[in-house]
Amino acid sequence: MSNDTTRKGILISFLKPITSLAQHGLAGSTILVGAMIVGAIAMITIASPWISPHGPADINVGPILSPPSIQFPLGTNHLGQDMLSRVYSGGAIMFQVALLSVIVCLAVGVPIGLFASYVGGYTDRLASLVMDSIYAFPGLVLAIAIAATLGPGVVNIAFSIAVVYVPSYFRIIRSQVLTIKELPYVEAAHMMGAKQWSTLFSYILPNVIPSIVTIATLNLADAVLTEAGLTFVGLGLSVSTPDWGWDLTYGRQLLPSGAWWVIAFPGLMIILLAMGFTLMGEGLSELFNPRLQK
Amino acid sequence: MPLLDIQSLMVEYRTLKANVKAVDHVSLSVEKGETLGLVGESGCGKSTLGLSTVRLVPFPGKIVSGHITLDGIDVMSCTDEEIRGVRGKRVGYIFQDPMTSLNPVKRIGAHFVEMISTHEPEVSKEDALKRGREMLERLGIHPQRIDDFPHQFSGGMRQRVMIGLALALNPDLLIADEPTTSLDVIVEAQIIELLKNLKASFRLALVLITHNIGIVAETADRVAVMYAGKIAELSETEALFERPRHPYTQALLNSVPNVRKKGQILSSIPGAPPDLAEPFPGCPFHPRCPFAFDRCKTEEPMLMKHNSSEAACHLYDKR
Amino acid sequence: MSLRSYVITRILLTVPMMLLLVTFVFFFIRVLPGDPARLHFSQRVDPKALFLFRHELGLDKPLLTQYFDYLFGLLHGDFGKSMVDFTPVSRQIFSAFPATLELAIASTIIMVGIGVLLGTIAAQSYNTTKDHAIRIFGIAAYALPVFFLGEVLIMVFGIFWHWFPAGGRMYPGIMPTGLLIGGKHYATGLYVLDSLLEGNIQKLYLSAWYLSLPSLALGIVMSGIFVRLARTNMLETLQMDFITAAKARGLNKRTVLYGYGLRNAFLPVLTMMGLQFAGLLAGAVLTETTFSWPGLGRYLVDRISFRDYTGIQGAVVFFGLIVAVVSLVVDILYAYLDPRIRF
Repeated sequence: MSNDTTRKGILISFLKPITSLAQHGLAGSTILVGAMIVGAIAMITIASPWISPHGPADINVGPILSPPSIQFPLGTNHLGQDMLSRVYSGGAIMFQVALLSVIVCLAVGVPIGLFASYVGGYTDRLASLVMDSIYAFPGLVLAIAIAATLGPGVVNIAFSIAVVYVPSYFRIIRSQVLTIKELPYVEAAHMMGAKQWSTLFSYILPNVIPSIVTIATLNLADAVLTEAGLTFVGLGLSVSTPDWGWDLTYGRQLLPSGAWWVIAFPGLMIILLAMGFTLMGEGLSELFNPRLQK
Repeated sequence: MPLLDIQSLMVEYRTLKANVKAVDHVSLSVEKGETLGLVGESGCGKSTLGLSTVRLVPFPGKIVSGHITLDGIDVMSCTDEEIRGVRGKRVGYIFQDPMTSLNPVKRIGAHFVEMISTHEPEVSKEDALKRGREMLERLGIHPQRIDDFPHQFSGGMRQRVMIGLALALNPDLLIADEPTTSLDVIVEAQIIELLKNLKASFRLALVLITHNIGIVAETADRVAVMYAGKIAELSETEALFERPRHPYTQALLNSVPNVRKKGQILSSIPGAPPDLAEPFPGCPFHPRCPFAFDRCKTEEPMLMKHNSSEAACHLYDKR
Repeated sequence: MSLRSYVITRILLTVPMMLLLVTFVFFFIRVLPGDPARLHFSQRVDPKALFLFRHELGLDKPLLTQYFDYLFGLLHGDFGKSMVDFTPVSRQIFSAFPATLELAIASTIIMVGIGVLLGTIAAQSYNTTKDHAIRIFGIAAYALPVFFLGEVLIMVFGIFWHWFPAGGRMYPGIMPTGLLIGGKHYATGLYVLDSLLEGNIQKLYLSAWYLSLPSLALGIVMSGIFVRLARTNMLETLQMDFITAAKARGLNKRTVLYGYGLRNAFLPVLTMMGLQFAGLLAGAVLTETTFSWPGLGRYLVDRISFRDYTGIQGAVVFFGLIVAVVSLVVDILYAYLDPRIRF
């Protein structure tokens, strides 16, 4: 019986938001707009090998530092690379890093959060202490420190972002678990003989999933910005990989000479992607925790 | 001329999903010095009715139509300044939850001073505090506690403070919205006793909004019973308790167990109050009414006078 | 619990957190194979020079000894020696920190100013176009990478229209000297303040002028989150019963908004400021790099490019220290201001 309720519970918690999106006016449309933005950028990135007029890493496909023109709609940079192609494919690294960091957070943060807060006692206190210490720390500084130590690479950057974000997952899960743990129907289940682990899965997990999804989207937004930040600071990946972060860094140096297009378009893409994820996250949080119910 | 006169008032809550008629064509009046009990279940619109008399219906509520005259002032059409002058000075308001009705970061004295100086700016701060202390004493609170913060008082004491603030400027009308619901029975009795005394010494008109008929029985001159945003029955207290006309009133009175009778079966009204977001034709009570007949399902009953009471029920409408 | 015991408990709580942080940073830097000394030199280096180098920095001692030496040193304000030129890291940090502090303060003022203003307006006109526009502004501002906004500001206001300097902290050669007491100068390191103390209007103007763009960039980006927090906070406060009760007493709009609304919303705003502070420091790192602002953030970034691991370690630990101190101060201030906690 508990297996059925578990599966149903998880299924319902996924279907519920999707079907009620239409009903939920503003929150729903926010999510929709955000998802469309992210989806559009994702599709462009995936399709980039086919739609890019030139190879994004190819140098000297055009004159150096030429402003936007019909031939090169977004101009070229100091290496003669086509900015349009770079904009098309520059998101790949961002997506990889962001998704990887979310996966790590889910794999690490969720179990720790669930386990520590469910078990309670000293385990909980210790975990909270560690998590609070990380959480209180300026995220980017920590990410910089970790990335500086581990060196460049998608995995390392994703790891440093994950470390910074795990406490957020932990906190949200913990507050949910603590509330649900005390609810009468959980106590009732225990009294009817349900085992510890099954209550964890069938009661607590389904209720925690909405919060996890919300935090994950905000995590994605932050990951994009942090990756850009790390690259800006010099801890990004190698130059040959097309990346919006790199374009920003180089574009910065080219700015005084008037070549605004190198920094502007990749920058705009970063903003759009981050906004897309944030809108989704905001909409989701409004959906799951509707405040101000009259 | 009645002190408070409400004519055919309609208040709606407009949300994305539906328009809810919280108050549906209600007419009431309160004379000077009279106590009117307003009884009904949660969500029947009585609080909304109370708030509309001083134009404080919260968003997304809106007073759609009707007239409210308060001591000669037309509440609907007067300016913001005018209605603000009425609030607190001509009408005192007591809310349900004393825990959250006082400003937690201000001392009690500051509450009094603020209120008095808003309406009577010529009064000095010391005089205002003096009046505050006098009021507290009258309510059975040590005057020294005027310097305390709200969280330092117990629930019952806080309610007394609220009453004190409501009466500080000698209003003619006091509206009490569920004043004792969040208090325990003993404190509740004290507060009701207090209200009765104050009513006499201040010569107040009192509108007592509650879902507890018991309180209304001992304090009110007249009682109005509300259901689904409409008045079901309106009559003098004694008449209501001895000869309730509307089936809803009868059911309400029956559901109050009699302490003295042994072996009673606890009776309740079957069904649930209607969802005001999905109104249906006819009398709103008919799904739960043991006396419902065909006309009840199609035609909404009007409030009809019969001897000294009025009831909105087809049973009494011999047409 | 009384204020005093709260303060003491709070301070005691900070100690283990700091300890945890230092330990983590210390061991993490050594997590990779090879020790920091070897990693510092990217090319091959003479073994004898490496040996001397290690010795100079105390890196030849056993690991635990190094750890406790470091802890002990921290208590004395000694952050070790820089790998680049063996100068005390503490001196470098303490000379860079005031610049970051000044930037942080100025940005906080802008962040709170914009945030509270827009948040209150949004809360008052709930669910109207104005409200939605402000919310979108909040999301957009946060999505803006601070260095991007910084570059735009430099481009437009620094280079295109020469209204503001394009970088740096001060006109070369001019430095505010602070308060002059009995022949000696006492400076805080905060140029604006020091100019005031010195009584020099020209320096005051110059330091504020240089401070404008960086704090504007950081302040606007940080206000993104703050606007939303302030709005939610204001909305929740305005819904509370005592607001309706106050209106029912006939108090006018302004009194209700400020005396009841803002004053109760103010305390959470304070906490939010404290919570945002860590994010502010993170943003400061990028802002300082963009504007060549000589603060702790730029120090950290420079140390990375020099592979100066003692410097990196020191900077990270110091960042943690600042955050811990600031959150401590905010918590104590909150306890002091909220009468509910006091009694």
